[in-house]
Amino acid sequence: MDDIAISASGLAKKYQIGVRRDPYGRLSETLWNALANSLRRRRTEDRQDDFWALRDVSLEVPRGSVVGVIGRNGAGKSTLLKILSRITEPTLGRAELHGRVGSLLEVGTGFHQELTGRDNILLSGAILGMKRAEILHKFDEIVDFADIGQFLDTPVKRYSSGMKVRLGFAVAAFLEPEILFIDEVLAVGDAEFQKKCLGKMSEIGAGGRTVIFVSHSMPAIQRLCDRAILLDHGRVVLNGPTHEVVRRYLESGSGHTSSREWADPVSAPGDDVARLKSVRVVPVGGGPAEEIDIRYPIDIEVEYWTAAPGDLRPSVNLHFYNDEGVCLFINNDWNDRGWWSSSRRPGVVRATCHIPGNFLAEGRVIVTSVVSTYNPTIVHAIEQEAVAFVVVDRSEGDGVRGVYANEFPGVVRPMLDWHVEQVSEAATGPG
Amino acid sequence: MALIKNRRTASAAGAWGRHVVVLEPRHGWRELGLGEIWAHRELLYFFIWRDLKVRYKQTAFGAGWAVLQPVLLMLVFSASLGRLPGVGPAGLPYPLFVFAGLVPWTLFASSLAGASNSLVNGEAIITKVYFPRLLLPFASVGSFLLDFAISLGALAVVMLYFGAAPSLAIVWLPALTVMAVVTALGVGTFLAAVNVRYRDVKYVVPFLVQLWMFASPVVYTSTLIPAKWQVIYALNPMTGVVEGFRWALVGGPRPDDLILVSAVASLLVLLGSLVYFRRVERTFADVI
Repeated sequence: MDDIAISASGLAKKYQIGVRRDPYGRLSETLWNALANSLRRRRTEDRQDDFWALRDVSLEVPRGSVVGVIGRNGAGKSTLLKILSRITEPTLGRAELHGRVGSLLEVGTGFHQELTGRDNILLSGAILGMKRAEILHKFDEIVDFADIGQFLDTPVKRYSSGMKVRLGFAVAAFLEPEILFIDEVLAVGDAEFQKKCLGKMSEIGAGGRTVIFVSHSMPAIQRLCDRAILLDHGRVVLNGPTHEVVRRYLESGSGHTSSREWADPVSAPGDDVARLKSVRVVPVGGGPAEEIDIRYPIDIEVEYWTAAPGDLRPSVNLHFYNDEGVCLFINNDWNDRGWWSSSRRPGVVRATCHIPGNFLAEGRVIVTSVVSTYNPTIVHAIEQEAVAFVVVDRSEGDGVRGVYANEFPGVVRPMLDWHVEQVSEAATGPG
Repeated sequence: MALIKNRRTASAAGAWGRHVVVLEPRHGWRELGLGEIWAHRELLYFFIWRDLKVRYKQTAFGAGWAVLQPVLLMLVFSASLGRLPGVGPAGLPYPLFVFAGLVPWTLFASSLAGASNSLVNGEAIITKVYFPRLLLPFASVGSFLLDFAISLGALAVVMLYFGAAPSLAIVWLPALTVMAVVTALGVGTFLAAVNVRYRDVKYVVPFLVQLWMFASPVVYTSTLIPAKWQVIYALNPMTGVVEGFRWALVGGPRPDDLILVSAVASLLVLLGSLVYFRRVERTFADVI
C-alpha cells in the first residue's frame, strides 16, 4: 500500500442528459423538486437519458510515476481527472489517494480580472492549495518564472493572453503536492513558454511526485510519461508502458477522420482572434480522402473565422505527424507571400496547403491544425490531430520505391530529381 | 545512487501516511464538514480578502457605502414613518432608534444577498479545483463584517449626537452579532445551494430581503406586535437580533424571551441549511 499513490476500483460517472435542466420551471414545481431531490435516495439504475461518461475504471498508480491519459474527445479523460481531483463525485466505485493532491485543470485557476498580478499570485496559489507562507516564500521565483516584471501591479484584465497564461502557469509550477493532476493546459500560450513549462514538469516528475497528465499531444506524453492509460468510451482500453499505449492509440485511429467541421463559431476551438471552422483532406484527383495513393497530390484545406483585430495577421500552420508521433514537418501559410502581406478583414478565411504526390511516406499521417499570430507568438486556435489519413504505396513501379518491394524507411518519400548520364564507354565493366 | 533514492522514498513514505483521501459516492446524512472549513481557514481568509478588495476597487465610494446605505435609510424612515406616533418607543429619538436597528439589519441583508450568489459567481473555480464549497458563502458573509464594523463607527457618531451612552449591556453586542451572522449564513448557504440549480434565487433575494425587513422590528418597535404573537414573531431570528442590538446599545427593557427564541431559531436554520448544503454539494460541479 505504501508504494501506491492512487488506487481506484470500478469508478463510474453518470450524467443525465436533458433532465432537470429547465431553469424556468414554475416556482412550486421548483421548490418541490428541490425538496424531493434532497430527500430521495440516489438512483443508480440505467435510464434512457443517462450517459455514462466513465465506466468501471480501475487503476493503480505507483508513487513517483508520471502517467499519461490519452483518448479521443469524449473518451472520459476529463471526467476521470475531475473525479480524482475531487471536483465531482463518482456515481459508483471508489478511489484512494495517498498524499496531498493538487490539480491544474486550467491555467490561472481563480484569477480575478480586477486584481493585480501580485494579488492574483496570492489568490490563485491559495485556491490551488498553497499555504500563505509557502506562497510568500516562493513569490519572487514565481514572478521571475512568469516574466511579468513591471506589470506585477497592473490588473490582470489589462494583461495580454500570453501574459495571463505565463502568470497562471508560474503559480501552478510552484505547487508542491505529492499527487498532481494536469489537464491539457499546455495547448495555449507561446511556444517558447510551452517549452519552459514542459521542462518544469519534467522536474516535477523527477522530484518523486506522482503526476497524472491528460493530453492530446503524443510527443508531450512520450517525453514526460513512463506509463499511459488509453480510454475509449469511458473504459480503460489499455494501461501500460507509454510507447505501447501510444502506438495502440495511433493505430486504432478511432475517430480519426479526414474531415472535421465546427458549426458553431462560439464553441469552435479558438479564441477571440480566430476559431477553426473546418479542416479537410482533399485528394486533388478525387477518390477516398482516408486512403491516399502515394503518387497523387492532396490539399489540406483549413477554414477559420477571424475577427482580425488591429494589425494582427492570423496564420495557419499545419503539423504533420506519423504513427510514432514523429513530427514529419511543419508548414505555414506565409508561403503565400501575397496573402501574408495583405491586410486582413474579419470573416472566414480558407488556407489550402498543397502536398505534391510522391512526397509523403507510407503509413498514417496525422495533422494538427493551428492558427497563430507572431511577434509575439500566440496560438489562437489549435486542434490536435484534427484530421488523419493513410498513405498507401501500391508498388506499381512508377513510385519512389520503384520496383523495390521490401521495407523502405524514411519519414518522407519525396521523388527527387536525379540526373544520370554515361560519362565514358569502355569495352569491359568494373572488376 | 540507489541508496540515496531509497532514502528519499523512505522519508516520503513517512509523510504520505498522513494524507489519505477516499473518493466514493456518498449516501445519506453525513457530517457538516466544519472541521474541513477550519482546516481551510487560510483559504477562507483569502476569499474574504478577495471579496473586499474587488468590492472596494470597483466602487467609487468603496467602504463609504457601508455608512451611506444605513444613513440614507435612516433619513428616509425618520422623515416618513418616524413622524407617526407610537412607531418607535417613547423617550427615544426615532432616528437613533431606527439607525440602531438598521446597522445589524444591513449586515444581515448584505451578507444574505452576497452569500446566495457566491456559488454561482464562483462557477469558474468550482468546476476547476476542489476546496470545501462552504467556504464561498462563508467568505461572502465574512467580508461584510468589515462593512459592519465601519457602520458601527457611524452608529457611535449618531449616539454621540443624541447624547446616548451605552450601558454595560454592550458586552452582549458580539454575541448578538454572531446571531446575525449565523442567521445570514443559514439562509445564505441554503439559497446559494438552490441557486446553483435554479437561478430564480437571484430574483427572489431582493424581494425576500425587503419583505423580511418589514417582518423584523427594524423601523418599528416590537411592542407593536400583540403579546400573544410575540413568540411566533421571535421565530424570525432577526427579531431577537435587532431588538437585542437596540437594548445593548441604547437601553430599554431587556428582550430576554425574544433573544432566546431567536437564538434557537437561528441555530436551527443554520443546521438545517448546512445539512441540505452537504447533501447537494456533490452535484455542484455537474449542475452549475
